[in-house]
Amino acid sequence: MSQELYTNLAIFVLSLLVGFEVISKIPATLHTPMMSGANAIHGVVVVGSILVALEADSPLFYVIAFIAALLGAINVAGGYVVTDRMLEMFSKPKEKPNDDKGGEQ
Amino acid sequence: MSGLMTVVSLSYLVSAACYVIGLHMMRTPKTARNGNQLSSVGMFLAVIMTFIVALVKHQASAMGWILLIVALIIGVGYGVYKARTVKMTDMPQLVSLFNAVGGGAAAAIGTFDYLSQPNGASLAFAFSFPVILDLVIGSVTFSGSLIATGKLSGHVSGKPISFPGAKILNGIVVILILASIVLTIGFPTNVWTLVLAIVASLVFGILMTIPIGGADMPVVVSLLNAFTGLAVAMAGFVIDNQVLIIAGALVGAAGTILTLQMAAAMNRSVANIIAGGFGTGDSGTADAD
Repeated sequence: MSQELYTNLAIFVLSLLVGFEVISKIPATLHTPMMSGANAIHGVVVVGSILVALEADSPLFYVIAFIAALLGAINVAGGYVVTDRMLEMFSKPKEKPNDDKGGEQ
Repeated sequence: MSGLMTVVSLSYLVSAACYVIGLHMMRTPKTARNGNQLSSVGMFLAVIMTFIVALVKHQASAMGWILLIVALIIGVGYGVYKARTVKMTDMPQLVSLFNAVGGGAAAAIGTFDYLSQPNGASLAFAFSFPVILDLVIGSVTFSGSLIATGKLSGHVSGKPISFPGAKILNGIVVILILASIVLTIGFPTNVWTLVLAIVASLVFGILMTIPIGGADMPVVVSLLNAFTGLAVAMAGFVIDNQVLIIAGALVGAAGTILTLQMAAAMNRSVANIIAGGFGTGDSGTADAD
């Protein structure tokens, strides 16, 4: 086994263990925001998309790289913004939420 | 490690710490929003550093850069627009849609790297194993999450859908997926192996999700979210990038715990929901709460 693979494997296993421990018991109201927040974090796939996109050198690879970058960007940008909108409700004092669209202040 | 790579690696480490601390802060309503914002700062850092690496190290063609920038602008624009305009009640299906595209992106990276290998080349196990898992899991979550989005938004019937022969078809598809895994790991690269893996996995994602009732969908979305995390981690192994491995594994594990808690909150078990979907359990109670 190469040193590189061993390092990656160790990182993978330890990150799994951190993931199992990091969110213990959470209240039901936070289930959906938590899911959405975790969804935004795997938007990190866009980093991988950028790295492969720059290795593309033929039409087929351009197409695949374009798809990877497009999908990754939607995941990461949309994921964080929608999570923030959900959580906005928790940080506001308890009053009727304004129903203007996209109140992102 | 060169000076630049040292800075980049350390930045990735800071990003990873932001995800972990951010996720941890999302457990309680008080700190949840700050947690998400911390995590987004970490993400921004990772993307900027990746761009710097790309600018300095890669000999990308002008075409490659243009397509990348266009794809990112369209993707960010669409994602932010949808996220800001969606109604509060429609958020779960949007999350499911974002999850679908994340799985799709992971599968696309796997496809890119598999096809980058010379045709007929024998693959090292350390490459073939993560690449096929990336392709299979990414494709399953892509189609599965799209169906879940459709069910939540009403474009696909929210009722459990089953049809005669579904079990047999499921069995065949699972065998085809296993065959594609064996072909990828044990045999030289071949485009048809890749096609088999992707098509069978896409079909499996659909078959897995359509028999599940709309009321159980949030749990399924959460489960698919955890799957996408694993697909992203596998993509990290394929392109040897640690920040993908850390974030992917983190979401895979945290998403699993979250799925179990969501199911428990509904007095359901995950096994019950999925097995119910496959017709071995009582799928008729799917809308009980």
